[in-house]
Amino acid sequence: MAIELLYFAWVREAIGRDGETIDLPDGVETVDALIDWLAGRGNGYVEAFADRSRLRVAVDQEFAGLDAPLAGVREVAIFPPVTGG
Amino acid sequence: MTPEIRVQRETFDPAAEGAKLEGGDAGAVATFTGLVRGEGGLAALELEHYPVMTEDALRRIAADAAERWALAGLTIIHRVGRMEPGERIVFVGAASRHRGDAIDAMHFVIDWLKTDAPFWKREEFIDGRSGWVEAREGDEAQKQRWT
Repeated sequence: MAIELLYFAWVREAIGRDGETIDLPDGVETVDALIDWLAGRGNGYVEAFADRSRLRVAVDQEFAGLDAPLAGVREVAIFPPVTGG
Repeated sequence: MTPEIRVQRETFDPAAEGAKLEGGDAGAVATFTGLVRGEGGLAALELEHYPVMTEDALRRIAADAAERWALAGLTIIHRVGRMEPGERIVFVGAASRHRGDAIDAMHFVIDWLKTDAPFWKREEFIDGRSGWVEAREGDEAQKQRWT
């Protein structure tokens, strides 16, 4: 299943791109597991995902927890805590 | 009441936005304008956002406010892109029959904006340093006042 990934702020800078399309590997069923799998690519991913307490996610454009399931999901965004206003 | 929600690069006129909220049933208009603070040798702020999500997130905050208070009008404007110290960055205006609802709704929206809308601030300093603004725990506490 293809899934769209988006990165913002320092997550984007560490990874070096603002997004990508991936084929979700078998067994990757939650955002947490997806982050584990991405971190396995090394380099910027390791740096971006080093401290998971500093990560927030949105699943199909809704804020979600890292334990959010990925079944049927089209878009996952990974970013730092928001700082607008 | 249909809230007016705008995410834009250009600045805005707080007086004109506030005046637009007058009329109809309104007996009170409360407005808030956030500015870029120039402290610590700041040269500019760069506001990044998640375009397809931002407007929905703001609409949700506006809908929550409209459910809690009797509003005659509500405007949220948030700028994105590059801004220098002193520039306007965010506007919230709420109109209601009575001042309490207008003031509380305006305050609620600005508190929730801080924690529930996908914006990120990057600071550039005069001496060349730059970095992403860290979220403040106090912002979450401010928001919890309303729950």
